[in-house]
Amino acid sequence: MSMPDRLTATKKRKELAEKALDKKAALGADIDVAAYSSSVDERPYQEKPEQINREEKEQMLGVGVTLDDLSQRGGTFVQMDNSVVHSSSSQDGVEVMGISQAQEKYDWLEDYWWRAVSVDADKFTAHVELEQNNGYFIRTLPGVKTVYPVQSCLYLAHSNLAQKVHNIIIAEEDSELHIITGCATHPMQASGLHLGVSEFYIKRGARVTFTMIHNWAPEIAVRPRSAAIIEENGIFLSNFVCMKPVRTLQMYPAANCIGNNSVVRFSSVLVAPPGSHLDIGSRVLLNGKGSRAEIISRAITTGGDIIARGYIAGSAPDVKGHLECRGLILSEEQGGIIHAIPELKGELAGVDLSHEAAVGKIAEEEVEYLMARGLTRDEATAAIVRGFLQVDIEGLPPQLATELKQAVETSEKELF
Amino acid sequence: MLEIRDLNVEVEGKEILHDINLTIGTGETHALFGPNGGGKTTLLMAIMGFPRYRVIKGQIIFNGKDITKSSLDERARLGIGMSFQRPPVVRGVKTRDMVAACVESRGPKDDSAIDELAKRLNMGELMDREINYGFSGGEIKRSELLQLLAQEPELVLLDEPESGVDLVNMSLIGEMINELLQKDLKRRRTRSCLIITHTGHILDYVHASKGYVLLDGTIPCERAALEVLDSIKENGYEGCVKCLCQTD
Repeated sequence: MSMPDRLTATKKRKELAEKALDKKAALGADIDVAAYSSSVDERPYQEKPEQINREEKEQMLGVGVTLDDLSQRGGTFVQMDNSVVHSSSSQDGVEVMGISQAQEKYDWLEDYWWRAVSVDADKFTAHVELEQNNGYFIRTLPGVKTVYPVQSCLYLAHSNLAQKVHNIIIAEEDSELHIITGCATHPMQASGLHLGVSEFYIKRGARVTFTMIHNWAPEIAVRPRSAAIIEENGIFLSNFVCMKPVRTLQMYPAANCIGNNSVVRFSSVLVAPPGSHLDIGSRVLLNGKGSRAEIISRAITTGGDIIARGYIAGSAPDVKGHLECRGLILSEEQGGIIHAIPELKGELAGVDLSHEAAVGKIAEEEVEYLMARGLTRDEATAAIVRGFLQVDIEGLPPQLATELKQAVETSEKELF
Repeated sequence: MLEIRDLNVEVEGKEILHDINLTIGTGETHALFGPNGGGKTTLLMAIMGFPRYRVIKGQIIFNGKDITKSSLDERARLGIGMSFQRPPVVRGVKTRDMVAACVESRGPKDDSAIDELAKRLNMGELMDREINYGFSGGEIKRSELLQLLAQEPELVLLDEPESGVDLVNMSLIGEMINELLQKDLKRRRTRSCLIITHTGHILDYVHASKGYVLLDGTIPCERAALEVLDSIKENGYEGCVKCLCQTD
């Protein structure tokens, strides 16, 4: 796109966003963005991220972001409130920086801006366009493969702040990018709003694994808006873990498999304690010949509400998709709701789409089977829940798989 | 080791077992025969302590202790172990986790011992599969016996260990049971066993001293296991009971 064309596109985008500022989201409770503050003091940039205070580093560690030792990381990005506090890359061909810095560096970045997500999808995308406070840019150059995962953290510390970020992730042709990203809050955080737009561009033959852990707080509202475009032979594996309380979290990330033989897999592990409301799904459009999708979610309520959505549409020859949603209602006293909404849409003969969904309590027969081996009732229940949450995630580097397992296990302990 | 006195058991309000009396000494293996629906599994489940199998009268004494009111897991920790005929699938829980739980129930966990046991029994490939998920009949039996070998119970309850097992695997199952019951120790063995068998095939591999026919919720008499089996083959269950009981 030429420079005048870009300017016109920017202007048009802003106009669309202005019009959508009051547009309610299709799903999830409405949120008054104006009730949150937009301004906050700048946080100082840290050349060495280990200098961030210990209490906050511990919160970040809880979501897989390690700042004391970067030797096992291909790059690091940390945003606290609205300030980029650190960004660095430790591998040639891997770029990690604040999105504002990337906009200054690359004119062409505009071409990716709101290409996967619509700027006027709802009021939240519109607010991010018009009042954006940074976000990250992560890119692997053609053929480059990350040795260690890149980590990023979006951290909310200031009370009642609305954090509005726009992230862009690009895996150039035949590259391989592993990202672990964590969202966390300061231990004393009272309330806040996180609006995060993430756009993924997975080029021909590239592979991206994106593992996101959310540890919010009981009074935080969260509205991520994410989408991925996957080209020929590209692979996108997205893993999401949310096991801590959060007031309201609604997201429905989409993956558009435009390339032939592209692959996408979404895995989610969700726990809703009392007072939490999660409306979470994954949407895949299989538009490339021979493209494949798998959506797997495990949902547990210990008293909160979960809507677990899934949508796969097949509109190209030889596509295959499977959706699996399983929910457990753990506490009879605390109640809670799990509402599974799996949807399949086939638009062509020859598409192969399937789903299985199950919601219920732990089977007494299974508990007793374990008790007959000497486990107490509580131990047996814990073992079954642990097994239930054990989603075998293919394609993760072993180190990341271990870290993800640890994150799930740490949160599991709090269930009992 | 096990003494059952005048045991009456009901399931969902319906009395299934009536006045059962049975004694198994240390190191002894007894066989339980009977038609489908006769109450064989109910007896094993009641001894193991499953809450659905409610004792309404009588006592279960294990190693001199009255365990009639003990919970299922307490009984397992006291040293009673059971191999299930149709165990449930527990998604996400691997065979390895179950075997580890069995080992832990009797002391500190030892990962290498579990692996060694699985390897020796040629069951390495089952260890990382979800327990009972997509298992063949033979795999279920082997997995159940592996768990019991890890648990090392003093009293072993086996519910039709040969059902669904092909002939090739039958001898392997027999070997595993013999190992479980310390058959190499001969008269010095300390483990006892009550084994349900529908066909009696397992008795070609495992030696049982006494045998019972459980018919309509009662055990009319006891005899040498092979004598009972022969009589069943010749006279059927009811004929067997008539024939053997008349000679009392």
